[in-house]
Amino acid sequence: MTGQNDIIRLDHGSGGRISGELISKLLLPAFDNPILSKLDDGAALEVDGVRLAFSTDSFVVDPIFFPGGDIGDLAVNGTVNDLAMCGALPLYLSVGLIMEEGFNMSDLSRILSSMKRAAKAAGVLIVTGDTKVVPRGAADKIFINTSGIGRIPDHVHVSADGARPGDVVILSGSMADHGMTILNEREKLSFSHGITSDTAPLHRLTQKLLAAGKDNHKGNRKDIHVLRDPTRGGVGTALCEISERSNVGIDIFEENLPIKPAVAGLCELLGIDPLYVANEGKLLAFAARPAAEKILADLRSDPLGVEAQIIGEVRSDHPGKVHLRTRIGGTRIVSMPAGDQLPRIC
Amino acid sequence: MSKELSDSYRDPTLAGQLVRWIAKISRKKIRLMEVCGTHTVSIFRSGIRSLLPDTISLVSGPGCPVCVTDPGDIDAFLALARMEGVTVATFGDLMRVPGSQGSLLELKSEGRDIRVVYSPLDALAVARENPDRKVVFLGVGFETTAPTVAAAVSQALQEGLANFFIYSAHKLVPPALAAISKNPDLRIDGFLLPGHVSVIIGSGAYRPFVETSRCPAVVAGFEPVDLLQAIGMLVSQIEAGEARLENAYKRAVSEKGNQAAQMLLENTFQVTDAPWRGLGVIPKSGLALKPEYAGFDAGKVLPLCVPASESPAGCRCGEVLIGKITPPDCPLFGTACTPVKPVGPCMVSSEGTCAAFHRYGGAS
Repeated sequence: MTGQNDIIRLDHGSGGRISGELISKLLLPAFDNPILSKLDDGAALEVDGVRLAFSTDSFVVDPIFFPGGDIGDLAVNGTVNDLAMCGALPLYLSVGLIMEEGFNMSDLSRILSSMKRAAKAAGVLIVTGDTKVVPRGAADKIFINTSGIGRIPDHVHVSADGARPGDVVILSGSMADHGMTILNEREKLSFSHGITSDTAPLHRLTQKLLAAGKDNHKGNRKDIHVLRDPTRGGVGTALCEISERSNVGIDIFEENLPIKPAVAGLCELLGIDPLYVANEGKLLAFAARPAAEKILADLRSDPLGVEAQIIGEVRSDHPGKVHLRTRIGGTRIVSMPAGDQLPRIC
Repeated sequence: MSKELSDSYRDPTLAGQLVRWIAKISRKKIRLMEVCGTHTVSIFRSGIRSLLPDTISLVSGPGCPVCVTDPGDIDAFLALARMEGVTVATFGDLMRVPGSQGSLLELKSEGRDIRVVYSPLDALAVARENPDRKVVFLGVGFETTAPTVAAAVSQALQEGLANFFIYSAHKLVPPALAAISKNPDLRIDGFLLPGHVSVIIGSGAYRPFVETSRCPAVVAGFEPVDLLQAIGMLVSQIEAGEARLENAYKRAVSEKGNQAAQMLLENTFQVTDAPWRGLGVIPKSGLALKPEYAGFDAGKVLPLCVPASESPAGCRCGEVLIGKITPPDCPLFGTACTPVKPVGPCMVSSEGTCAAFHRYGGAS
């Protein structure tokens, strides 16, 4: 990060290789500690014997209203999901609002009521907050930060470095819905049918998965090794990260990847690989193979997981690399994208 | 194309039969060039390389429009973006391409007004909404893209928009094929002809090239079954010692092509000599705005001053573009030149050969 590149570019916020470099070269050294360096969706903390998850996320999506949601429920669900991916039951959220001078009061009311609805649905309380207003042009309409804490049950241990050879990879539903919805709206591409953001709280799914087996000897809560919501950067980026962090190979199967026809069509039209497009209501679970059918059944019994699929498996060969078996039987690599062509997606 | 229809062109059984057919008939060691960048990406994405016998090498050609754009034109784009009062509208692929000094993306970070658009008609809308700015659309692309640019120019004329301009670096495919087939170093045994370009110009447009070069050529579609079929047809011609023009993409490409689009091109542009990265100046291979549209020609209207440009030191994009080397043969590939910090355009564009090798390559 020297010479002609020594300014922040949009790519630094992409979630891909370039943001990874910013984090590892500037942020990690600045705040160096073993909790941060795990780089999970949230921090897992232990306070007087109580295990807590703590996470924060900022939302700058453009447009602020879109089919399926708005910046308000996105901000609540985003942090709820980060906590859920730590295996936690989300409890309390904070909200920071940064608004541009001239922003419509009625739009703000609309956003706040959708935050209220989303918090209620997720069973969390918004317990503290902050508002700031900046002069016209110093921000675009409204940016929202949410932070949250949740309780991690004693028996739960999930982390991006927990994938093991033999695990199956499960995706809870269709890919790329959120990112393509935003692109469709923002660029006024006017594909109106079947393209809606999937923003949703995932803690109910994760609680169901992590509790599975409690009263049932067939399953075991320890069977789930990794949980991840593939947001910015999509399923492909999340898998690359997990394969690197766990030092395992991952094979995924093109024909098993769930995607809605309208979303697939729009991706093809624009030459965008849906593997790298953001989701806001989907999770990836890595689990021991014997538990796979039970997990799949649990997911599919919930409206948010009806389209869940086993999309791949973890292998000991090609550690750190993700391979995709194509529909026609070929093989190719799924690599971490450098930056992102779609900024301000969440 | 409906999903059901596209699915049939990705059918594993059909693809398997074609793979076995190709393996059965292929004897000679041959080099086939896929001319189009979208073919390159499709071949990688479907893993076709991993399915072909060792006798067949696929080499990528000059079909990524951003990649073949001459360094001088890239520097002209940057100079335009630096001009006071100018808004540059461009396809996203150009944003990261490094010029002699910086890239459009870097200029945007510095506060220059650069907009990514999906169509030249979007650039027209930018001009309409910003009457106090001079809006320049960077015209990069082949016969596929140029008609929409022509349509935008004609629309701007109708509306009397005086602040809309085009910098035309458009290129024509058949002259580049002729240049490549004449190069004895390249030893191309057959060409997979670009599907989208052929929709516009028609398969017949390649007839003179095939007759002169005596090189087998097949127009190919973009789905795995399309590509495998076209590869099989090329192998079959080569094994039989034939050199014909065939069309494996008849559901989209006719002999005469899209005549309305051709008419639009003819009315707006004139054929001109054009510089290509990797191929040098090829006679009659580019499109410039006709004199009657000079008022829309950014190169003529705006005081554009571009110093002499050179390719970045050590960059071998030029040789990659003509299939002389594959990306891993370039010493910068994957070390000094990566998608994070690209040195040459082939590592930047989503259709660039180096980017495709870097993103999808490595799996056997």
